[in-house]
Amino acid sequence: MSTPSATVLRTEPPRLDADEPRDLEIVQSGADRIFTVTTRAIAATVLVITGGIGIFLASSFIPTIKTYGWGFLTGSTWEPEKDVLGIGSVLVGTFTVAFIALVIAFPLSVLGALYIAEYAPPRLRATLTSLVDLMAAVPSIIYGLWGFFLLQPHASGVAHWLHQHLGWFPLFHVGTDPDKASPQIYNYTASAFIAGIAVAMMVIPMACAVMRQVFAQTPPGEREAALALGSTHWGMIRSVVLPFGRGGIIGGTMLGLGRALGETIAVYLIISPSFDLKLRPLEIGTNTVSALIAGRFSEASDQQLKALLAAGFVLFIITLVINTAAAMVVARSRSGAGADA
Amino acid sequence: MTVVDAPQTQQDVQLHAVPRTFVRSEPPAAEDLDPGSRRVLKAVTAEQSFVQTGAWLASLALTWLIVTRLLPWSGVIAFVLTFFVLGLVMIAVMTALIGGWPEVVDRVMSAVVHGAVILMGVALASTIIFVFVRGWDALPHLNFFTQDMEGVGPRDAFDRGGVLHAIIGSLIQVGIAIVITVPLGIGTAVYMTEIGGRFARIVRTVVEAMTALPSIVAGLFIYTVAIVALGVPSSGLAAALALSVMMLPIIARASDVVLRVVPGNLREASLALGASRWSTVWNVVLPTARPGLATAVILGVARGVGETSPVLLTSGAASFTVLNPTDGVMNSLPLYIFSTVRSGEPLLISRAFAAASVLLALVLLLFVVARLVARPKKGIR
Repeated sequence: MSTPSATVLRTEPPRLDADEPRDLEIVQSGADRIFTVTTRAIAATVLVITGGIGIFLASSFIPTIKTYGWGFLTGSTWEPEKDVLGIGSVLVGTFTVAFIALVIAFPLSVLGALYIAEYAPPRLRATLTSLVDLMAAVPSIIYGLWGFFLLQPHASGVAHWLHQHLGWFPLFHVGTDPDKASPQIYNYTASAFIAGIAVAMMVIPMACAVMRQVFAQTPPGEREAALALGSTHWGMIRSVVLPFGRGGIIGGTMLGLGRALGETIAVYLIISPSFDLKLRPLEIGTNTVSALIAGRFSEASDQQLKALLAAGFVLFIITLVINTAAAMVVARSRSGAGADA
Repeated sequence: MTVVDAPQTQQDVQLHAVPRTFVRSEPPAAEDLDPGSRRVLKAVTAEQSFVQTGAWLASLALTWLIVTRLLPWSGVIAFVLTFFVLGLVMIAVMTALIGGWPEVVDRVMSAVVHGAVILMGVALASTIIFVFVRGWDALPHLNFFTQDMEGVGPRDAFDRGGVLHAIIGSLIQVGIAIVITVPLGIGTAVYMTEIGGRFARIVRTVVEAMTALPSIVAGLFIYTVAIVALGVPSSGLAAALALSVMMLPIIARASDVVLRVVPGNLREASLALGASRWSTVWNVVLPTARPGLATAVILGVARGVGETSPVLLTSGAASFTVLNPTDGVMNSLPLYIFSTVRSGEPLLISRAFAAASVLLALVLLLFVVARLVARPKKGIR
């Protein structure tokens, strides 16, 4: 048995100049090395796949611009027979549909998020949140069926009414006479308006989920301070909850916009394709980039396929910019620290 | 506690014309301290409920008068809109009789919020109910789930043909996509959160960017690369690849979010006990995040099952059952719905709605499973 080492009192103070971090020597075990290498390889694979798509799309954008010139972005004709391609009117149509979707979805998602965070009884909150998530999980083709078969007969009537009574407003204009003895409801179907409503159904849950998360984080102290000062419930919401959640409101709306721009199948099911450059959302016929791809890919030649890819690239870049901006707005706002947008 | 006591004598009153504050010399008797019962904060007074009920009833009566008697509008939408707007006006007027402007705004906005929620609820409920109701013509026939559409004409009755081929096709395609995306997605997420570094930041940036990729562009990418350039035929495999391309960033990103919220002190505790990195990830991080990871995967799968646009470009629509994903065209539920609805044949449209009910039921099932998995387990630790 070895003698136990005695504790010796230090006779002089420790030297203080050795105030540097120790060199930690990390010896990885074999399993760790394999683990690191494997996950890095997986990540590299994913990077190659996802990055490759981006590069591939970009690489088809350049020859398209070379062939068709910058007019590809502004031209409003798509005539493969004459080899004249332009996505100007399609871009306008894409934004029209997205704009209508936002006009409908923005107030509804703000109010819905406010209801869940502020008005609903606490025991209902989890259920309502699940319902919003469920609304996001419903496939877009289901919303397409809903829009085409259930909504369209009613919505075209509303469109006719809007045209008849508010036709002086440029956005409500339709190229026919509204007061005909037998109104041609047909002219009000398959429009950007109806497609926009169906897309709104997909935007609402996305935007609503982000806004609800942000509203729920309002500091209780500020909320109670407003109430203690005698504010009404709405007064408290307006002066505390909405300013606090502004980042979430903007960010959520922009995320929804990103979804609205890329939506394909519901739009493709509802609209009747047209290539006129027009801002008459109530009138029959419009087109979006994704519906253009869905409608034209099968008969496209090599060059036109490149043009469709280029159109997809433009759409992707627009969506990417909007999503990035949305993430930045949410992250920078006071409320966004814990929100996952 | 300071209490204003009454002045005791005439002298006091003359000396101090202003009331003075006296310090109470003994504690108040116990019976004076009754705190009363707890106030209910969100109570609705009888007056409030009278105003509300009265306003909506008045609005209903007025709407009936206007819409059916005075104006040439008709239809459900006109009625509901008029009813709602008039109800808001009624509430505003009646509240203005009792209180001031803030109360009026409060009541009106409360009604607006509730109205918006009811509208959203009606929209969601109408979507789900409508699909099931329209699909009910074809759904009760058992052969709808056991037969495919081979040799079935567009006008054949519902007791012939079914969507078995579409269901099988969907399952095979999504199955392949799961096999591809789940290991890659979760592995990438593990790399981004557990190993980190500059390369991980690049991967994270690219993956987050690719979640913005519209699904149709994912389909077009596979169509151009695999089908046009490499000569792979339109098949279940191509569709599965397109779905994978679409689902990969979604699953990787959602798993990343889930892994990032695993508390750091769990990792540190495991490492401090001498566990290796690999064993920390395998025994601590992944088990902790399992419910969240399962939810991320299931929701990604639900998204993939219902997505039409990638398969529209890549799989081609077969009317017969195909079991081999590399063997030519193969149908799937969303694609079947899409192509039959566009045929315009009433019987086929009913079949499409029945298929949509199946798809919707499948998505609902996945959703419920995701919720159950994500729920924190009771009674453990």
